[in-house]
Amino acid sequence: MTLTLSEEQSFLKDTAKKFAQEKTPTTHFREIRDNENPECFDRAIWQEMAAQGWSGILVPEEYGGSNFGLAGIGVVLEELGRTLTPSPLFATSVVCATILNKAGNDSQKKEFLSKIASGEVTMAFALEEGPRHKPFSINLEAKKDGKNFILNGKKNFVIDGGFADYIIVAAKTSEKEDQLSLFVIARDVEGVNIIPTTMVDHKNAANIEFKNVSISEKNLLGTQNSAKEIIEETLDISRAALSAEMLGGALEAFDITLNYLKEREQFGEKIGSFQALQHRAALMFTELELCKSCVIEALTAFDEGSNDLQRIASLAKSKIGETFFNVSNEGVQMHGGVGVTDEYDIGLYMKRARVAEQTFGNSEYHRNRYAELTGY
Amino acid sequence: MSNLDTFRQETREWLEANCPPEMRKPMTADGACWGGRNFKFTHPDQKLWLERMGEKGWTAPTWPSEYGGGGLNYDENKILAEELFKIGARPALASFGLWMLGPALLEYASHEQKMEHIPKIIKGEIRWCQGYSEPGAGSDLASLKTKAVEDGDNFIVNGQKVWTSYADECDMIFTLVRTGPQEPKHNGISFLLIDMDQPGVETKPIKLISGKSPFCETFFTDAVVPKANLVHDLNKGWDVAKNLLQHERKMLASMGLGGSAAGGKGKGKSGSGLANLSKKYVESSDGKISDEGLRQKIAKSDMDAHAFGLTLRRASEEAKNSNHGPSAATSIFKFFGSEHNKRRYEIMLEAMGTQALGWEGGEFGPEELAVTREWLRTKANSIEGGTSEVQLNVISKRVLDLPQ
Ligand SMILES: Cc1cc2nc3c(=O)[nH]c(=O)nc-3n(C[C@H](O)[C@H](O)[C@H](O)COP(=O)(O)OP(=O)(O)OC[C@H]3O[C@@H](n4cnc5c(N)ncnc54)[C@H](O)[C@@H]3O)c2cc1C
Repeated sequence: MTLTLSEEQSFLKDTAKKFAQEKTPTTHFREIRDNENPECFDRAIWQEMAAQGWSGILVPEEYGGSNFGLAGIGVVLEELGRTLTPSPLFATSVVCATILNKAGNDSQKKEFLSKIASGEVTMAFALEEGPRHKPFSINLEAKKDGKNFILNGKKNFVIDGGFADYIIVAAKTSEKEDQLSLFVIARDVEGVNIIPTTMVDHKNAANIEFKNVSISEKNLLGTQNSAKEIIEETLDISRAALSAEMLGGALEAFDITLNYLKEREQFGEKIGSFQALQHRAALMFTELELCKSCVIEALTAFDEGSNDLQRIASLAKSKIGETFFNVSNEGVQMHGGVGVTDEYDIGLYMKRARVAEQTFGNSEYHRNRYAELTGY
Repeated sequence: MSNLDTFRQETREWLEANCPPEMRKPMTADGACWGGRNFKFTHPDQKLWLERMGEKGWTAPTWPSEYGGGGLNYDENKILAEELFKIGARPALASFGLWMLGPALLEYASHEQKMEHIPKIIKGEIRWCQGYSEPGAGSDLASLKTKAVEDGDNFIVNGQKVWTSYADECDMIFTLVRTGPQEPKHNGISFLLIDMDQPGVETKPIKLISGKSPFCETFFTDAVVPKANLVHDLNKGWDVAKNLLQHERKMLASMGLGGSAAGGKGKGKSGSGLANLSKKYVESSDGKISDEGLRQKIAKSDMDAHAFGLTLRRASEEAKNSNHGPSAATSIFKFFGSEHNKRRYEIMLEAMGTQALGWEGGEFGPEELAVTREWLRTKANSIEGGTSEVQLNVISKRVLDLPQ
């Protein structure tokens, strides 16, 4: 396994970088936020991303995608993460596309994957039910009723749930804890009550209530009671991809701060000449170098079918979680007063770091998991 | 079969035939082979292994075959390392000549100097030590005062070095000396190779907190050094010094991943060295360490090691085609590797409790006593080869380009 990008991957990364710089710099993010756009993203921009082929990177060619791999979509997410670009790329084209790849039957794949690739539909994955990541403690129930299932329960922190056309729901379908199933549901089905929430990073999520929602068994993804493994694999792929986005955010927060250290003067000198700040900058740089290696390892591990995927995903998510947190907080501190103003971008990264850290398991969660997987 | 497959096959066969059984046993604390005129081999197999590897140039696999090196390219070298790892072969030679001096000579020395010194490094015939630091010149190395004055075909050297590792066991010393006292401090330094087997050179061991005396004060009193032993131009020694330091730091960085028999690294899913060690001393149920605080610390340390290993590998892949030696970025590795190693030993001590606090005898096993001594040794990791603070200075100024 190699830890450097291929020529095609580097090319894609450069294209994404240019796109983010020209079309979605942080001013784009601010515009969406300030216009209180309830969707929290720009549909025209999303169409351009789809036209670039990004929405279909994880979609097989037979369904209109490019099947270019996790490292492919990872480098795009990294560059978009640098400018905090809001888009459905993560929830729709990574999380939900992965579930469909793994669990969908041919007609479901035809219906959904091809529309994901073309940018026609957006999707969200409703998994969590409490304030902390606990993927397998699920109370939402789906009871079999003839050829239908009746869903009752509540989900929270559904990323992109506020606007997604379809929701994939993880539900309990048996008395046994581990027996879970996945369903795909259109947002406007009766009994589905979506309450959009804006998170502190100004991205969209939703709380969703399901009250006697009746859906056909055709909406079941994969076989009944066997979703646990699919969820686990999907989460690991998503963690690797999210780690790439977080790496982009952390690198940008660091660059912004480094520039400030070279510009701002106090006591008649650039503040970057103070050793107390220099050493902290050097520490951050070192941590970022380690994170780069973990992220690329995680992305390529999936593409190359490593048998150590789970540990590597936990490694990446845990390391970048700590580092993004640290770099963005140090960034705010090193900006002084302007660091806590809305006018400067650095604070936006700190907010994003906190939400991303919480998504799909924080650093501590993944240290624990890593220990378990290593046998202690 | 591709060339590389053939190479792997041949390498495997050669190692099978030539690596003696004793050299396939796990390394012990005093099992390293340092070579040199006075080295006492611990086993005949150790001598045989050094001779065979040295003959093939595989103690320095990537150095040019012109000077006795293995002449291997990046991929071949990787294969050799993998095959050596597979049979659990010990390094045939540990030496400052291989890690530090050789690479700098290859870059800066004349052809004659290379012909003279490189083969002897490769075969482990001459053992080298490093004469950089002085009592008044540590982090501020360029303020060194040991002086060399021209005298016909020779230099006459006077002064004192300190912290000279293994000086009392070495044959030759590579030194930084002041040859241009009037020049600005970095511009008056030369790089000299000095034979220690002469009346003008004396060494005096220093005892460390670990109880060992691996290094010395080294005194020069009218020591005589032929001019042929000046590497690079007069007063241009600082260039060589810096280059050599990068190699030293690279070597020290990789030490962060090594470790004692007791607490060594665990590979992949097969487990964690730290965790296995801890389980001998702390409660666990179903293999899970019960002390959650300790468990989190171990996981953090194991993840650091994992991430660090990946980063070293990434750096070597990136350097593969660029053909550059180690750069200032090596400071990242030196810094992280040594700090990580210190943290790792602190965790071992925490897990082992009083069993890791013994000095000698009593109820302590030899491995436990070794951990204690190694723990004390790790405290030097962040000082030797440039302190952690100095590494952070290098990263901020030379890598991040922050203002002076
Ligand atoms: C185990 C070991 C082996 C060694 N082997 C050798 C050898 O073989 N040959 C050899 O020549 N030398 C050797 N050394 C010496 C080593 O290189 C020096 O100890 C080291 O460079 C530090 O110098 P010093 O001890 O004089 O500390 P000082 O330079 O006096 O440092 C004291 C403290 O001040 C800090 N400090 C100094 N300058 C700065 C600065 N600009 N900014 C911030 N903080 C600063 C340091 O980080 C340190 O914490 C060895 C040292 C050890 C511990």
